[in-house]
Amino acid sequence: MTTLTDPPKEHFRLSMLLYDTRYRSATIQVIALIGFMLLAAWIISNTIQNLETLGRTVGFGFFSEPSSYDINQRLLEYDSRDTHLRAAFIGLLNTLVVAVLGCITATIIGVMVGVLRLSNNWLIARIMTVYVEMFRNVPVLLWIVFAMAILIESLPAPRAFRGENPEATMDLFGTVAVTNRGVYIPEFLFSRGLGDIHLFGTSSLRFDVSLDLIAFLIVLGGSIFAMRKVSAWASATQEKTGDRPTIWYIQLGLLFVPSAILLGALGFHLGYPELKGFNFTGGTHLRNSLIALWLALSLYTAAFIAEIVRAGILAISKGQTEAASALGLRPGRTMRLVILPQALRVIIPPMISNYLNLTKNSSLAIAVGYMDITGTLGGITMNQTGRELECVLLLMLVYLTISLSISAVMNWYNNRVKLVER
Amino acid sequence: MSDVSFVRTEMLPEKAPPASEVGVLGWIRHNLFSSWLNAILTIISLFFIYYVLSNILAWTFESVWNANSLSECREIMMATWGDTHGHACWGVIKDRWLQLLYGFYPPYPAHPDATWSNPPETGAWPAYFRPNLTFILLLVAIAPVLFTNVPRKLLFVTAAYPFLLPWLMWGGSIWGPLMVAAGFAIGYFAYKVVLPMAGNLTALILAIALPILWWLFASGSVADAINSVIPIGIAPVESRDFGGFMLAILLGVVAIGVSLPIGIVLALGRQSDLMIVKYLCVGFIEFIRGVPLITLLFVASLLLNLFLPPGTNFDIILRVMIMMTLFSAAYMAEVIRGGLAALPRGQYEGADSLGLNYWQAQRLIIMPQALKISIPGIVSTFIGIFKDTTLVSIIGLFDVIGLTNGIRADTAWNGVYWELFAFIGVLFFVVCFSMSRYSMYLERKLQTGHR
Repeated sequence: MTTLTDPPKEHFRLSMLLYDTRYRSATIQVIALIGFMLLAAWIISNTIQNLETLGRTVGFGFFSEPSSYDINQRLLEYDSRDTHLRAAFIGLLNTLVVAVLGCITATIIGVMVGVLRLSNNWLIARIMTVYVEMFRNVPVLLWIVFAMAILIESLPAPRAFRGENPEATMDLFGTVAVTNRGVYIPEFLFSRGLGDIHLFGTSSLRFDVSLDLIAFLIVLGGSIFAMRKVSAWASATQEKTGDRPTIWYIQLGLLFVPSAILLGALGFHLGYPELKGFNFTGGTHLRNSLIALWLALSLYTAAFIAEIVRAGILAISKGQTEAASALGLRPGRTMRLVILPQALRVIIPPMISNYLNLTKNSSLAIAVGYMDITGTLGGITMNQTGRELECVLLLMLVYLTISLSISAVMNWYNNRVKLVER
Repeated sequence: MSDVSFVRTEMLPEKAPPASEVGVLGWIRHNLFSSWLNAILTIISLFFIYYVLSNILAWTFESVWNANSLSECREIMMATWGDTHGHACWGVIKDRWLQLLYGFYPPYPAHPDATWSNPPETGAWPAYFRPNLTFILLLVAIAPVLFTNVPRKLLFVTAAYPFLLPWLMWGGSIWGPLMVAAGFAIGYFAYKVVLPMAGNLTALILAIALPILWWLFASGSVADAINSVIPIGIAPVESRDFGGFMLAILLGVVAIGVSLPIGIVLALGRQSDLMIVKYLCVGFIEFIRGVPLITLLFVASLLLNLFLPPGTNFDIILRVMIMMTLFSAAYMAEVIRGGLAALPRGQYEGADSLGLNYWQAQRLIIMPQALKISIPGIVSTFIGIFKDTTLVSIIGLFDVIGLTNGIRADTAWNGVYWELFAFIGVLFFVVCFSMSRYSMYLERKLQTGHR
């Protein structure tokens, strides 16, 4: 008969740090940590030494100095007497503008192309394949400068719109002027507007919020809330009686009538661009740089999104479609109720990384002179003040924050979709 | 009532299917005109294709090749077609193709006065011999990695290539790269010699420490010493002469080649149970992936010299290579981590039950499968990095897009856009498209029935 005994208790020896697996992991981690800290200390001490040799100090005081450069495409008011911080803030907003616009259009185009690539029309599927391969295999920087060249070189100059028999005319019933200096679109004006709220006083981050916009959003939100209530009521009635009351006209009325009344009350009208002298005035001026960047980024990213959408749809087994048909669902409903909810699970994670890529690629704005955060903080501000260290590190920090927030939001959405599905 | 029944006793002869269901007609009917909507879409697409092709083909082929400036091109166009629109002026490519491909790399580095059109009289290597040889050797070196039916002996070229590439491209004494290679040999022999005497761990530490000491303190002076006795070398080329498509290939190859092993290590680190190692890897990967490449290139061009000891002066191409390698390593790590995560748990447990230790399990069981799963991702990272090499034009290197501005600054070619963009686009398309096709081929080949 054998008896089990505990192994004799060993005393801790120094060699066990290396040869005993229980302690080895701790040793490795401590060595890794020390190595990392040594590396960091080495870099920091080098930097300090180098800065001393160059006779420079580190500080962010330059942010409160006047920037003395202009930013032509901007959301908020700004002039060259404003501070560098204000310029960076305007640049950040510009980055966000092009990123948001790009993500929206890239998603729309990408989903369309992805679905059409699976079309049973051979010709359409091939055209879409050519589009995807063409955009995926050529650098985005080339597409951006190409788009810029097209806009500058092939569009009519503002003076072509002049005279009795102009060479060029404005599009969309004379409301939009597409010129080689940019696109002029109508702007929203309110003759009896409520004015603005001025946030943050006179600091560099001052921000005007239009009360008209807020009022409009509140009314719109109210309308949508009411629509959902009506829809819920209709469903409840259907549960009870089996008949679904016709509600589409109520829904439409709820959506449009309150907003229309509000807009009328505020004296809403459009300000059209007009040719005055050598250029257009009035309306909103979208510069070529913005349009080129937006166009190139959305077409480029759309090609990637198309592949993701296609792969997502193909990942759903054919049995799902067949089962849906066996239940008697029409093709449209099969897609909406059976295929897409399942495909979405596959589609969303890579979609997040594409949105992130688009945002990061928007830093190529510097190639066409669109003043985003790279063009202001990492471009002119850095060159004028000579503060490379501060500017580049801050620039990285800003992008890191944007990226992490996008992935946080999208991961939250991803988790929500997952829960709904199972 | 009679018992008569009409029963067919022999089958009817088989009829041919209707003409509209088979052959070309049937195919057209099924694939192009299966419904009203499809018919309309087909017709619209046909118009679209006709419109695009008629414009592009006319532009490409009704073009001017023999011209030395844009104005000359336009004169020829006016004389031939009576119109300057819709015709390409390929004269710019004919004039500048060498620059677009090689940048300012001297065609005959040993003869500084010679040019492409004015070659040295005798005894010189062919023009652009060194970059071309580097490129051909690259193909030879990666062939045994890419295709299994290539002789295994070629792997020696692969092993020697990391030392050949810098020597051929930058020139100078051969002893520098040889001494760097000697560091690896020292490490190997240290391991072999010490292993029987002092055990695995000491041998490993020595095998890592000795080469590092060699590279840091000895290799440079030894190389100089040998070079003063036996000078073997080729004419050096300055980094600032590098450019064009060659630069994109150079940066791409270095970044891709170096980042793969780093990426594997980072991915293993991120999957590891060691908490500190894991968080260091996660921090590095997420930081690099969270910032645009352009900011890392700013670091390379402006800050890297600040971070290094005073007096170090790396040249800009090397600094860009370092940052691009770090950049692609982070992306590579994520792709490989995906492959590791996709492996069933049973594979790890199987390796454990065989009694393999961590590195044996990784080398023999986990990595072969994980890398196979991640091939599509790895190749698309490759393609992404290769395309991203164009960003160096923003920090002032003369890569192929940076050169277009220089060409346009020349009065002869002021205002030429489309021909240059088309040329560059085709170059990148060919390389990237073949890479993606190769990845598809590999996926099919390695498909060993996992689904």
